Amino acid sequence: MSKKKMICIMCPIGCELTVSKQGEKITVEGNRCLRGREYGINEMVNPRRVLTMSVKVENGEMDLVSVRTDAPIPKKLIYDIIEYIKKLKVKAPVKRGEIIVKNIFNTGVNLIATRTVEKTKMGGEDEIRTCTGSGNDKLSGNCV
Amino acid sequence: MRKEKVDVLVIGGGAAGLAAAIESANHGVKTILLERERKTGGVLNQCIHNGFGLHVFKQELTGPEFMELLWEELSKTSAIVKSDSTVLKIAPESKEVTVLSREGVVIYQVKSLIVSTGARERSLNNLGIPGARVAGVFTAGVVQKMVNIYNRLPGHNVLIVGSGDIGLIMARRLKIEGMNVVGVVEIMPEPGGLIRNVVQCLEDFDIPLWLSHTVTEIHGTGRLEGVTVAKVDGELKPILGTEKFLKVDTLVTSVGLIPQNGLIENFVEMDPINRGPVIDDLMRTSVEWIFAAGNNVAVHDLVDFVYEEGKIAGKYAALYALGEKLPGVKYNFKRGNNVGVMLPHRVTGEIPFKMYIRSKKILKSCEVKFNGKRFRIFNWKIRPSEMLDLHLNKFDAFSETTNVEVNELE
Repeated sequence: MSKKKMICIMCPIGCELTVSKQGEKITVEGNRCLRGREYGINEMVNPRRVLTMSVKVENGEMDLVSVRTDAPIPKKLIYDIIEYIKKLKVKAPVKRGEIIVKNIFNTGVNLIATRTVEKTKMGGEDEIRTCTGSGNDKLSGNCV
Repeated sequence: MRKEKVDVLVIGGGAAGLAAAIESANHGVKTILLERERKTGGVLNQCIHNGFGLHVFKQELTGPEFMELLWEELSKTSAIVKSDSTVLKIAPESKEVTVLSREGVVIYQVKSLIVSTGARERSLNNLGIPGARVAGVFTAGVVQKMVNIYNRLPGHNVLIVGSGDIGLIMARRLKIEGMNVVGVVEIMPEPGGLIRNVVQCLEDFDIPLWLSHTVTEIHGTGRLEGVTVAKVDGELKPILGTEKFLKVDTLVTSVGLIPQNGLIENFVEMDPINRGPVIDDLMRTSVEWIFAAGNNVAVHDLVDFVYEEGKIAGKYAALYALGEKLPGVKYNFKRGNNVGVMLPHRVTGEIPFKMYIRSKKILKSCEVKFNGKRFRIFNWKIRPSEMLDLHLNKFDAFSETTNVEVNELE
């Protein structure tokens, strides 16, 4: 039987878990919720993490669009995926939730944009200043 | 100088201010949200990591996603956003707020005011470390903005001072972006940030954490060339002979946040421990038309909590502006054993409320007592870095002065 102590990272409480594996059977102790149990089992079998990064944007009102994997990816692939994401470039506009890379590294997980980056307006930054508000065009009437 | 009448004026467009403006406008009052920067969202803009929104949106989001969801909610309301606008002054007698914006100086005559100005980072100067003031020394939030918004790395080899959450998150972020992250030093024997961030930011990426260590000297002329790190004793004094030179060109500090209350601290009752205004369950300050929400009230752990406070402030500020008589304070809370940051300070006893407490010490498990009567047991390890949140809807244990304590359980 193998036993592992770990800290659950599913929420800020940080439960101290003891995960035991006997044959196929995995038991989790110390968790206070079901998410903790799932985390403990995954950590034993195939640890996974959500990866958050940013991707370069061409012609955007910002130089970067923030991205995340829409589900956790295997930890062992994380450095390969990081290097791959660094080389990516997308064209504005990018909408929040838009898939940047489908099925990244055959994980079944997509890389999605976590913010909206509109196309840059002629004249660059100063032009953008004329409409600020929340960055939502519908709100522009409300802007100064 | 233009004057304008407004029912509810919200100062600061971070998570608390956005939530407050949404809620206030939804009560049908004229609401203006002032934002100092070009875009609202506050620190959510640059917090591209996940972990936000579990309470509010029931899913794990990144900062920008949380922010855009609030924008969408806001755009459905009549709230007006004025960005690039800085508040110069609040006049407590005339209820006038002087604002500098691109339309010049504007004076808003308000019925009620919500202060959601957030917190700023403590800087290296707050620590008093000897050495030259060289280039290459940044606060974690500044580096976060450089990397996540402006696509710039601050240097090649970096040491992080302080293990607050932003410091831990930036250690991972800089490693991902290809910097050599030498390690994180923390003067206390325990990490300052959430333990989950120690796991997923440091352990996952093989970044060393030196507890009970501090930076004792900064070396370099012009640009940072290195730092001296030493172990500290029980009194946090560096131990002679344990000094080690680390060759780094970048030092990132994550040594805590200071609530920003410069606009109100001279005429609103303040709590020196929270470093924010004394507040009740309606998020009302000692001045009945001024409400406050978010990290300027006290530094919170979760944006979800900040959002919830913004909603409460927005609701009651709107009701006040509508001329409704709000209930008065009935119960006050007094800090007893082991209570650090605590809010609210007093309540009306009319509505269920949430109380946040930071234990002063690390405890294996604890009980929270009101007037000596046990309210709740926390059957797990309690750290000062993690707020206890209590849901209260019964008030029978309370009195005019209610003693609050957090005791270790044997």
